Amino acid sequence: MIYFDNVSKIYNDGRSAALQEVTFQVAPREFVSIVGHSGAGKTTLLKMIIAEDKPSQGQVFFESLDVHQIPRTKLPHYRRKIGTVFQDFKLLPNKTAYENVAFAMEANGRTDAEIAENVPQALALVDLDDKVWNFPNELSGGEKQRVAIARAIVNQPDIIIADEPTGNLDPIATYEIVQILRKINELGTTVIMTTHNKGVIDEIERRVITMDGGRIVRDDSKGKYVL
Amino acid sequence: MMTGIRRVVRAGFVGFWRNAYVSLASIFALTVALFVIGATMFLDQLLTTSLNALQSKVDINVYFVPEAPQAEIDRLQTALETMPEVEFVKLTSREEALEEYRMKNQNDEVAMQALEELNENPLGANLAVQAKDTTQYEKISAFLEEQKANEQPQVPVIDKVNYLDNKESIDRLTSVINATEKASFIVMIVLLVASVLITFNTIRLAIYTAREEIAIMRLVGASNMFIRGPFMLQGFMYGFLAGILALIIFYPIMVWLGPRTEAFFEFNLLTYYGENFGYIFLVLVGIGVVLGLVSSTLAIARHLKT
Repeated sequence: MIYFDNVSKIYNDGRSAALQEVTFQVAPREFVSIVGHSGAGKTTLLKMIIAEDKPSQGQVFFESLDVHQIPRTKLPHYRRKIGTVFQDFKLLPNKTAYENVAFAMEANGRTDAEIAENVPQALALVDLDDKVWNFPNELSGGEKQRVAIARAIVNQPDIIIADEPTGNLDPIATYEIVQILRKINELGTTVIMTTHNKGVIDEIERRVITMDGGRIVRDDSKGKYVL
Repeated sequence: MMTGIRRVVRAGFVGFWRNAYVSLASIFALTVALFVIGATMFLDQLLTTSLNALQSKVDINVYFVPEAPQAEIDRLQTALETMPEVEFVKLTSREEALEEYRMKNQNDEVAMQALEELNENPLGANLAVQAKDTTQYEKISAFLEEQKANEQPQVPVIDKVNYLDNKESIDRLTSVINATEKASFIVMIVLLVASVLITFNTIRLAIYTAREEIAIMRLVGASNMFIRGPFMLQGFMYGFLAGILALIIFYPIMVWLGPRTEAFFEFNLLTYYGENFGYIFLVLVGIGVVLGLVSSTLAIARHLKT
């Protein structure tokens, strides 16, 4: 469902390359972890999928759609098919947990009835029913990340993109987040996650793509963290 | 569609409350701008009215000889009235002139006695000519001088035209009026530009603090209009509230200034404020709303570009 065709990203100075001739694909319902050192190109790769960044060369497909040919006005529509989770949570600070999740649905043009039904469900799925009306600054890192995941899944996207979702979390919170992502994956959503946490990779026991210097150096179907 | 509008409106109000400090800062900046605009407006009104009052006191008087035939006087009055430069012409007949003289000198024994002894009215009729603009007296005066020169010597009509006596004060007044208008116009433009820039910058900063949020909204797949809407509504509210605030601030100032301007300029600002409140409300609140809306729309546009 995601297909990278010989994608390179070279920055303006003409020398440093974030991605070099990356080609791979992700099938529906897969759980793919992308590992590598800082600067290996993991985040750039994810940005390509959500059309936050443009490749210098090559194409990225979402199903049969060339992601970077989508006109700017249609981009919001495209992004609604993808749930995103970030290391720094990226919650709206002036909205409560409930409102943060509801915002994604409002932006998607869902009805009030759907919002009233789905938001509590999503928050329950990430086990956060008791902190629905708290603002982000009243939540712990793990709780914030769970709100972010609830927001990412509430529109029932085809795919979840998670950029270092456990990067800022303690081991217990990390374990919880990984369990939630696995649960979401088991419910039928494709997950692509970057990480450099060895424990996380070993815990998941699924496909691992290893990157180094902007290239894919390994692609193991039942991977271990090898760097 | 309706749901979308309702959500945008609600998000606007909620954002306004939860960012109370930012909202307050923007409202105050806008209030200052509107205050400056309002103050220049009032000052301009004050100047215009008092200058008009001054101008209406300036006129040219044409004095006729007592024997001047009424037909000639009428002819001249009609001729003056058809001149495009002339605002109005006021005729004082011989009898009225005499009456005025009596009134003015009723306590002056000598003058009254002299009048009695003459046994007939020594005064001629006169015309007071008011021009639309002080610069036009020159032309009217020239016309009158020409009339005087063309008279047949055996039938004199015009005794004297007092323009030259008044010329210096008329010229001085004209130059004062022109200078004041020019200066107040320049000051107004400078203040306007400055206050608009300050407002624009404040709102731009307010939206700059929300740039992270805007980026997040885009990531979540919110359309540009859905992101922009609440900010535009907030800009609208800033402008509206600032307009109201400026009106409230003006009130005590007007109460204080009213009697003082009345005494000096013969123009009561408080009365003006009360009588034209609807207009002033529309101008201040209108400018506020437009400023707020335009600033927020422009400020957010740069965050919505990819």
